[in-house]
Amino acid sequence: MKTRKSLPSGIVMLIVAACLIAVCAPLILWIRHAAAMDSASFMETCQTIVHRIAHPFPIDPDHMGAVLLTILMLLLLAIAVVLVIVAVINLLRGPRDEQSRHMGLRTANAISNTAIHILLVVISVIWLLPFIFIVLQSFRVESTYQVGYIIPEKWGFDNYVSIFSAGSNFPRWYLNTFIMALATAVLQTVIVLCMSYTLSRFRFKMRKPLMKFMLVLGMFPGILGMIILYRILSDLGLTQAHAVPGLILVYVASSGMGYYVSKGFFDTIPKSLDEAARVDGATRAQVLFKIILPLSKPIVIYTILTAFMAPWGDFVFAKYASMNNQLGMNVAVGMNTWLATPSMLFANYTKFCAGGVVVAIPVVILFMCLQRYYVEGVTGGAVKG
Amino acid sequence: MRKYTDLEYLKLNKWQRAGHKILSFFAGIPQGIWNFIKKIGLGLGKAGKAIGAEFKDIVDTFVHGDWKTKLSFPIMGFGSIARGQVLRGILFLLFEIIFIGYMVLTGGYWLSMLPSLGKQGPEKGYDPIYDQPITIFHDDSFKILLYGVLTIFFIIAFIYTWRVNVRQNKISEEILKSGKKLKSGKDDLRSMVDDNFHKTLLALPMTGIVIFTVLPMVFMVLVAFTNYSAAYNGYSNNLFHWVGLDKFNQLLSWKSVQGGQSYAATFGEILVWTLIWAFLATFTNYFLGILVAMMINKKGIQFKKVWRTILVLTIAIPQFISLMYVSKLFAENGYFNLKLFNDMHLFTKALPFWQDKTWARVMVVLINIWIGIPYLMLMATGILMNIPQDLYESAKIDGASAWQQYRKITLPYMLFVTGPYLLTSFIGNMNNFNVIYLLTGGAPVNPAASSAAGSVGYTDLLITWLFKITQGGEKADYALASVIGILVFLVVSLISLVVYGLMPSVKNEEDFQ
Repeated sequence: MKTRKSLPSGIVMLIVAACLIAVCAPLILWIRHAAAMDSASFMETCQTIVHRIAHPFPIDPDHMGAVLLTILMLLLLAIAVVLVIVAVINLLRGPRDEQSRHMGLRTANAISNTAIHILLVVISVIWLLPFIFIVLQSFRVESTYQVGYIIPEKWGFDNYVSIFSAGSNFPRWYLNTFIMALATAVLQTVIVLCMSYTLSRFRFKMRKPLMKFMLVLGMFPGILGMIILYRILSDLGLTQAHAVPGLILVYVASSGMGYYVSKGFFDTIPKSLDEAARVDGATRAQVLFKIILPLSKPIVIYTILTAFMAPWGDFVFAKYASMNNQLGMNVAVGMNTWLATPSMLFANYTKFCAGGVVVAIPVVILFMCLQRYYVEGVTGGAVKG
Repeated sequence: MRKYTDLEYLKLNKWQRAGHKILSFFAGIPQGIWNFIKKIGLGLGKAGKAIGAEFKDIVDTFVHGDWKTKLSFPIMGFGSIARGQVLRGILFLLFEIIFIGYMVLTGGYWLSMLPSLGKQGPEKGYDPIYDQPITIFHDDSFKILLYGVLTIFFIIAFIYTWRVNVRQNKISEEILKSGKKLKSGKDDLRSMVDDNFHKTLLALPMTGIVIFTVLPMVFMVLVAFTNYSAAYNGYSNNLFHWVGLDKFNQLLSWKSVQGGQSYAATFGEILVWTLIWAFLATFTNYFLGILVAMMINKKGIQFKKVWRTILVLTIAIPQFISLMYVSKLFAENGYFNLKLFNDMHLFTKALPFWQDKTWARVMVVLINIWIGIPYLMLMATGILMNIPQDLYESAKIDGASAWQQYRKITLPYMLFVTGPYLLTSFIGNMNNFNVIYLLTGGAPVNPAASSAAGSVGYTDLLITWLFKITQGGEKADYALASVIGILVFLVVSLISLVVYGLMPSVKNEEDFQ
């Protein structure tokens, strides 16, 4: 057990409480400054603060700094008060024996576990709420703009019907994105696996320079290349209404640079497997297809999954390549046009929610099914850098 | 500063050690720069020597070679065909024919125009058939630059292939002299899936990278030294030309732009915010993500899987949906303002989420936390599970508190393992286009910089500013955007160099094999 002699915990707590209170005093001055009450005397400031605490609303957003400081000060004061109370109780009770200390630890553990549970619930709510909002608002039919309530007054499928109606371009955007996602998933996986397998398994003269070169290349902001890629694609006739093949080409062509995660995975497969097969007379191609690939199912699925998800979220290059042509947009760019101006936002807000739900559903389902592989890829990739 | 011996260093206390480390880092900078310059010098020397050796080897091959080898110098692949390696020879020959054909037909033209980027711009003409004035187009600076660069790539490839061809002859001669047989075309094909399998595998990815990444980058770096912009688009209004460092001077000059602040001031402001943003975005996500992961993993917490799944679910939803949706939630007449201000009257006016500089910046960081934590949580969970449990066991036996365990085991382990990740994520955040552009579009507008190219806002990163400059319609200035891109590259590579130097051990990648 601890042999170090320490101050009675009650006294430590009292000292901490005194410090907290000492911190609060300058905070009041700060609040006075932040809330532009410099001319008021100290007492007046305190009175104002007390008054504001009793009647907190409405708050002037310009004085948000002062409000936050007040909340901080109140929190510190509350902690100080609790500490003083606990300290007094502890000092009155005197030193504790072994068993009660153990009990104390257990209660402390139970309290912290409860607190964490509450915190996790709060976190889950914060993280999920916006998505629940989207779903609920997509069913609202009484108005198309943003409102100050969440649960629709009138429910219906009007928004879904309207995005799939004859005049709407949404099905076209959806199809574009879906084709891009499928094609990218297949082609990008092939490219990334070729690249990462080679860099992991072969030792050739240009290997290190190549990896360094790609590292440096990755530091150039990719957006810069778009101006010229757009020109090249438009010379090939692959922009605007025909942007889909062009975009696939761009996504796939530069995907070799993202080899890090799967290279990390291949690095963990023992080289002795290859060597054994080579001794038995297998060519290097046979080693890859017959031995390594069957072992690499998780990373193959991870690569497919990330490649499939990327086109759904790509915004900047898709915007460039479609050049405001409705037929060549993906969902991100297309749905962004729905919200481009305040009047558009007014007319399309609930439509946007419905579109968001429709877009999210297939991706989420696929993702949840293959979640295990995604987790493996993310954690493995990070560990190997 | 004075140098400590190991023993003296160990005698220092914690603070003195930290001070010593920081001091020696800064004291080491001149030495580091000097070493870097020396390295470049050595590298150049080596490269010079290597080129010299190549030339010597080529001359040797020619002087000592037989007639087949000598004929291969002008006619690529001749030696191979004459010695029976028909497949190789034909490929060499084909490449040479294509190259010469290309150079004669178009390559020569592009190359000759490259120094001037076009001689004749569009001119006013007259169309006698339709009886109306028309514009007659001539040279296209953009195409000249693009195909000029491509031609140079092609020439380099040709020189390389020619060198391979010469070496091939030398090797073949040596093999024949020693009495062995040469490889047949069939052997060559077989080696593509065996000894040279890596070349086969790399061919496709590397072609893609060269055409769609390297070529655009080289092109855009070159554009920074021209005056390519909407007003000089190289074809339909004015040709653009080489202007040397003019655009760099424009961006880095302290001259006021039409009464507003200078480009240098605007650039500096955005750069500082970009760095602050990248720092905040990286580290808030990192530490909060670890915290959430540790909370979920703590012993005695129920429904671990549920919490994890809820967070992971948010990764699956395409980011643009969540970003655009949340950005509208906080808009001036979005849900929160309608609820808190219009309905509940909690505030004296609508909250300026995206209208006020400080509000917008804080909101961007907060929402980025919302976006990023699930991902970090996943990663941290994986790493936490990898920490050997016996470390904790022995720490507990020695009486370490939970905080001490965190400080002495968890944190160092995490930092060591995720060091490279932190760097890449910092750089990724510097170039985090989607979050900024879809949330604020750079708003609120910075009035002092309103006359600079691209409407600059307070949440703009360099990368979004660059994008806006290329999107400016009449005012679009591609050359200026390229200059910004190059500067971003310089900043990023500088940070990477410094951080890599600071990392305790750049891990040996063979460790895991």
